[in-house]
Amino acid sequence: MAVDEGLRSELQKQGIFVLPFEQLYNWGRKSSIWPLQFGLACCAIEMIASAAARYDLARFGAEVFRATPRQADLMIVAGTVTKKMAPLVVRLYNQMPEPKYCIAMGACAISGGPFKDGYNVLKGIDRYIPVDVHIPGCPPRPEALIHAIMTLQRKIANQHLETENRLRWYDKNAETEFPIPSYGDHDLQPPANCEVWQPPRSYRDVTLDEVKKA
Amino acid sequence: MEAIEKIKEVAAQAVPGAKLEIINSTPAAQQPALLVDRDHIYAVAKFLKEDPRFQMDFCSCVTGVDYLQKADNPGFIEVVYHLYSVAQKHGPIILKVRAPRELDQCRVPSLTSLWRGAEFQEREAYDLYGVRFDSHPDLRRILMWDEFTDHPMRKDYVPPADYEWEPTPHHDTLERTVQVGGITPPTAREELEKARKK
Repeated sequence: MAVDEGLRSELQKQGIFVLPFEQLYNWGRKSSIWPLQFGLACCAIEMIASAAARYDLARFGAEVFRATPRQADLMIVAGTVTKKMAPLVVRLYNQMPEPKYCIAMGACAISGGPFKDGYNVLKGIDRYIPVDVHIPGCPPRPEALIHAIMTLQRKIANQHLETENRLRWYDKNAETEFPIPSYGDHDLQPPANCEVWQPPRSYRDVTLDEVKKA
Repeated sequence: MEAIEKIKEVAAQAVPGAKLEIINSTPAAQQPALLVDRDHIYAVAKFLKEDPRFQMDFCSCVTGVDYLQKADNPGFIEVVYHLYSVAQKHGPIILKVRAPRELDQCRVPSLTSLWRGAEFQEREAYDLYGVRFDSHPDLRRILMWDEFTDHPMRKDYVPPADYEWEPTPHHDTLERTVQVGGITPPTAREELEKARKK
């Protein structure tokens, strides 16, 4: 089914493009990633700068910031996610139509950042929703966000429609809603969604039972 | 503006019975402050606001300070008000009022009826320090969620040990995480399997 590379190249010179439908489809998707327009802290300022004239996110087709989750493809979690805000972020993500992607932008969104030890800050949004691209930095420069968008574009370009690794939302039993945590006495309940997030494993791989025996 | 001694003298005359005390500057607070007892803070504040010599028409800052118990001192929560006069372009006058640390006794009168701008800041002090402001129009939490049950800026507040399980298995950390029901890899794995079975 694959077209010979040489033939394809020759045809291209004549203005005829031969390519799998999948590739065309993914090209369309990756060239029009519409982000959800919302910012949580200082990273949002860098996100605005990325969209403005100097860095011009429009070059990547991602300049249309939508003010409603129903029209957005990408959630850029830009800034500190407080525990009070986290359920609302998850709800917004649930409200986005598939296919949806998430970029965690900045130290706070990926891990809690400088506020990690605080009583009120979530230790990374990847505890509740699946994150496609993490950007470190405090805050990351617009170039870093653009790099993340390009990384996401590469990821989208490599997604399959028909094989076993097909996109999640083609699966009838795919999880499209992520449980929204509730406010507890001191912390969110549950403190993490184990379906999407696992605590880092020990390098020495000592289990708790072994510790207790020791 | 007059020196703090003069302000104290005038306020004592205007509000009979008020127990006033000057707290001199400390490393934490450079300006001297006027400590007023809880029963007369409202009257003293009202006097400072309405007296033509002061006209403190702007309450810029309300904050709480937690002083833990020490050998000679049972400890207290202090509420600090910074007052300025926009009309006369002077200030600040710093008012302090103290209340016991026990939650049921930790009450001071609200000054929101004098300065509307104090409303949210008093809510913040209530939220984070547990100070109840009597006759406050809407005393709810403002920063933490409503279901939160503690006052996290108090010095004896112990945050939930929801920290990530450390990559290096310190035994103390593990034990504590288990005690408080935090996340550990084995528990997480079990939960995952339980969820899959459903």
